[in-house]
Amino acid sequence: MSDATSSTPFVRRDGIFDRILVVGSAGACVALLGMLAMVLLDIVIGGSGRISLEFLTAAPSNGMTEGGIFPAIVGTALLTFLMTIAAVPAGVATAVYLNEYAPTNSTLARVVRVSIANLAGVPSIVFGLFGLGFFVSTLGRAIDVTLFSGELTFARPSLLWAALTLSVLTLPVVVVATEEALRAVPRELRDASLALGATRFETVVRIVLPEALGGILTGAILAVSRGAGEVAPIMFTGAAYFLPQLPSHLNDAFMNLGYHVYVLATQSPDVEKTKPILYGTALVLLMLTFLLNVVAVILRSRTRGKLKPAL
Amino acid sequence: MTPQVRSTPELPLVVKMRTRGLSVFYGEKQAVHEVDLEVGVNQVLALIGPSGCGKSTFLRSLNRMNDTVDGVRVLGEVDLDGRPIYGPDVDPVVVRRHVGMVFQRSNPFPKSIFDNVAYGLRIAGMRDKAELALRVEKALRHAALWDEVKDRLFESGLGLSGGQQQRLCIARALAVEPEVLLMDEPASALDPIATARLEDLISELRAELTIVIVTHNMQQAARVSQRTAFFYMGKLVEVGETQRMFTRPKEQATEDYISGRFG
Ligand SMILES: Nc1ncnc2c1ncn2[C@@H]1O[C@H](COP(=O)(O)OP(=O)(O)OP(=O)(O)O)[C@@H](O)[C@H]1O
Ligand SMILES: [Mg+2]
Repeated sequence: MSDATSSTPFVRRDGIFDRILVVGSAGACVALLGMLAMVLLDIVIGGSGRISLEFLTAAPSNGMTEGGIFPAIVGTALLTFLMTIAAVPAGVATAVYLNEYAPTNSTLARVVRVSIANLAGVPSIVFGLFGLGFFVSTLGRAIDVTLFSGELTFARPSLLWAALTLSVLTLPVVVVATEEALRAVPRELRDASLALGATRFETVVRIVLPEALGGILTGAILAVSRGAGEVAPIMFTGAAYFLPQLPSHLNDAFMNLGYHVYVLATQSPDVEKTKPILYGTALVLLMLTFLLNVVAVILRSRTRGKLKPAL
Repeated sequence: MTPQVRSTPELPLVVKMRTRGLSVFYGEKQAVHEVDLEVGVNQVLALIGPSGCGKSTFLRSLNRMNDTVDGVRVLGEVDLDGRPIYGPDVDPVVVRRHVGMVFQRSNPFPKSIFDNVAYGLRIAGMRDKAELALRVEKALRHAALWDEVKDRLFESGLGLSGGQQQRLCIARALAVEPEVLLMDEPASALDPIATARLEDLISELRAELTIVIVTHNMQQAARVSQRTAFFYMGKLVEVGETQRMFTRPKEQATEDYISGRFG
């Protein structure tokens, strides 16, 4: 280093700021990892001893101080499945319209994109209230009045309404992820297809969607795994505190892992006795979400590998 | 419909495609200015000119590919065998089955070699397996690729070399048996040997179809084309028989460009 530069005050000051930044950001990383480790360790240590075949396959008993969480697992699976078949097709269709059909300066597309961005920022409890007000009280009521001569059938919290409420919450994530996957499909492939006399629709179905499939699935799974752990949107729209039997109809209420954690933590008659169950439930929920994320990561790396020869 | 015969100081031209007053706009910006040009049947027409002069834009308006770009406006007329391709009840998708296209960067689908070539046929509704196989082989032979790929038809088209990929794209375009083939700098990413093969191929294909090729390579234009059109700043400066264009150009700009004084 020459004298001229080492004598300028900037160099030394930058050096200090640099060091502060490095130390600060390294510290932040450590703190973040530490918190994650603490949360995970706490739940794994507290919950792993509780997990057994019986815990996974039995219903809660004795005021939820004994037994297992089978109905909550089934309820979560059903809810997630229904939410997926509602949100993913609608989200993919929206993204295909936005990315493949809407002209770049389309007002409709702009309005939809802004709405989606705003939807993604709405607190999840608001979705819960929306679900109660719109799906349960309005839509459900209308169905009861027109189809069931006013008899209470659909105008009550149920699996169907909870799944639809959750799908509204998940929708923006699916749309954004799908749009990203569609944008990654090179324009050259679309051009080649169109130049061979394919219509836009044929091009989307035969070339664009297959190319984007990996990205779409990855995004959809991540969106779904996020939605699957949400409690607030289903609290008023279908999740039940305790149900002796499994839901058998779309308009039945259901138990849910996330809600069960909330119930055990706040409504237990005997906190000490429910604690292991609480930890076990949290661990199962965590593992399910983790599993979905692993599937998403595998899918993503698979599709990356597939794309390599094209580059 | 009978082909139209036009007499010029040069040899009479049997017209396959004709543009009249063709202008193309990207939004407010005009990229092609009122071009009148004729493409002779079973000939190769080379489009030359400096970068950005509108060659690709002009070429893409011959099969209505410009329709797929947002904000493009095309004015004027384009005829194929005397039938307007910009008519009010013309379906651009159908036009593209008659006028095929090969792009600058080879762009095989991430599918097998067979499926690449069969794509256009399947789109056109062909389902019969034997017939598809026949047509795929024919197209690959046409594109001088058959011998190299006949043992690996069901491997990915992306596993081929650059030159092979470009010939695969040509086979794919030929499979639907277009009357006209548009090629936008098809050899620009190829090495000299692959380029020479491609040029031979173009000369052979001329027997069966009409070709319009954009190229930046003057020798290439001289080797493969019968007629050459020189574009400058979106305007057609001069068009004529290739030999004459390269030896006795009428316009100073053409001579300057061909002799490498600009562009
Ligand atoms: N999609 C587009 N949007 C806006 N302007 C465009 C678009 N494509 C081309 N242009 C413009 O139109 C003009 C003609 O472009 P074109 O691609 O036809 O030129 P070209 O002769 O093919 O050039 P090159 O030899 O570099 O390929 C250029 O000024 C270019 O910037
Ligand atoms: Mg070009």
